[in-house]
Amino acid sequence: MSADADQRTIRCLVAKVGLDGHDRGAHVIARAFRDAGFEVIYSGLHRSPDEVVQAAVQEDVDVLGISILSGAHNTLVPKILAGLDEYDALDDTLVVVGGIIPEDDRPKLKEAGVGGIFGPGASMEEAVEFVRENAPQRD
Amino acid sequence: MGDLIDDLLAGKHRALARAITKIENRSPGYRDLVGELYQHTGDAEVIGITGSPGAGKSTLVDKLAKTYRDEGLTVGVIAIDPSSPFTGGSVLGDRIRMASVSGDMDVFFRSMSARGSLGGLSTATADAVKALDAFGKDKVIVETVGAGQNEIDIVKTADTVAVLVPPGSGDDVQMLKAGILEIGDVFVVNKADLPGADRTVMELREMIDTRNDYTQTADHHGADAASEAAASEAMARETDDEGWTPQVVETVAEDGTGVDDLIELLADHATYLAESGKGEERARQRYAEEIRTLLREDVNQLVAGELAARGGIESYVQRVLDRETDPYAVADELVAPIEECVEADRDG
Ligand SMILES: Nc1nc2c(ncn2[C@@H]2O[C@H](COP(=O)(O)OP(=O)(O)O)[C@@H](O)[C@H]2O)c(=O)[nH]1
Ligand SMILES: [Mg+2]
Repeated sequence: MSADADQRTIRCLVAKVGLDGHDRGAHVIARAFRDAGFEVIYSGLHRSPDEVVQAAVQEDVDVLGISILSGAHNTLVPKILAGLDEYDALDDTLVVVGGIIPEDDRPKLKEAGVGGIFGPGASMEEAVEFVRENAPQRD
Repeated sequence: MGDLIDDLLAGKHRALARAITKIENRSPGYRDLVGELYQHTGDAEVIGITGSPGAGKSTLVDKLAKTYRDEGLTVGVIAIDPSSPFTGGSVLGDRIRMASVSGDMDVFFRSMSARGSLGGLSTATADAVKALDAFGKDKVIVETVGAGQNEIDIVKTADTVAVLVPPGSGDDVQMLKAGILEIGDVFVVNKADLPGADRTVMELREMIDTRNDYTQTADHHGADAASEAAASEAMARETDDEGWTPQVVETVAEDGTGVDDLIELLADHATYLAESGKGEERARQRYAEEIRTLLREDVNQLVAGELAARGGIESYVQRVLDRETDPYAVADELVAPIEECVEADRDG
């Protein structure tokens, strides 16, 4: 009835993978996304790639934000991407990775399907803007 | 659309997820989608879990799901946070507690915000439940914070309702009097590891007994006068406790203690619903309510369209202010053409 009905809300999953115990970074992202008007699903600490895939598929998110600090991105991120692909969810999910990702590793991740990478130096505004511009258009 | 339904019925998780998104967003075509799904529903047992924030609902849902999975059953969960804002952003955190079934695709867990409440969060919930039912889930659990009418409406979409009451929360037991007590088929004193659990169990039992006495007394007096009989019958139906006295069970959701007892009670209630005919009665009430809600919404929309076509409400308001017309006349004027169409159609 109202205009908001057509105005799609961007749905994001913020997932923390890897074994390191901090989720401050993920919390900061979750809050920044919320303040930007996104609907954020937060899945908690220590998620395995399978769990992240399950959550992203079931919650039908437009955006999957992976927070990763442990340095295991070269194994964990491709596993997640492959899992999304298995459920036909890779093409229209924007995957962004936040964390310490060395320059050398970035091209490979992007080639595998990561849309954006945000290091510790990146501002939240940058990430929000990137998501706004690149969130998949669905019907 | 046809593909989406076919894929959903074929067991594709992605299609189920997408269907629920359409329902939540009320995307074009969602009504046809739900309509198509309807004929494939009716097999799932729907359980509503409600209680104050932090009562342990999500933790308990996780354990229930795990227990059902161990029995070889499939599970769907819808976790609704009605306290999230209608517009603007929100963080939905119920998923954090899904520890024991995380990674198991046969537990389909979906978080929902109040955003779906354009036109009734309870309608969106009921429709999402239909999608999980049509998908073939054996058990569908709906978690929602128990606070107001909105939440009561949500949880009414379930066959069996469990209300969580943490121990030592005298206030909560008080609060239950305001509506939630009536909808509970099972009361769960979760966090039974904390002090005060026994007392809360006792208080709940007392409250349930008092309620039962009250209904019975009313029945007796009702025999005297026809109107009172009707009233007491209405009340008996309302409280819905003929043959079923709400049960109280203690659980420690964190370690799973008492979860088997709860599962048994839920099964007892399901059996009761099936054998007493109450299940069908509830379904009837539910469908009647769904039809009424949709009608209200559709007619509202029709009238809103008519109003917009005539330049919006403001011009009418000005004319009322200027005493050129009155609200009744305005309503008559707007509804008249719709009424004429309906009458012409009915006569023709
Ligand atoms: N002591 C105790 N804590 C519990 C129990 N069940 C849940 N909790 C804790 O209560 C908090 C809220 O739980 P949650 O399931 O999120 O509650 P909800 O808001 O009702 O969904 C969490 O910190 C849980 O670990 C229990 O049986 N005993
Ligand atoms: Mg919860």
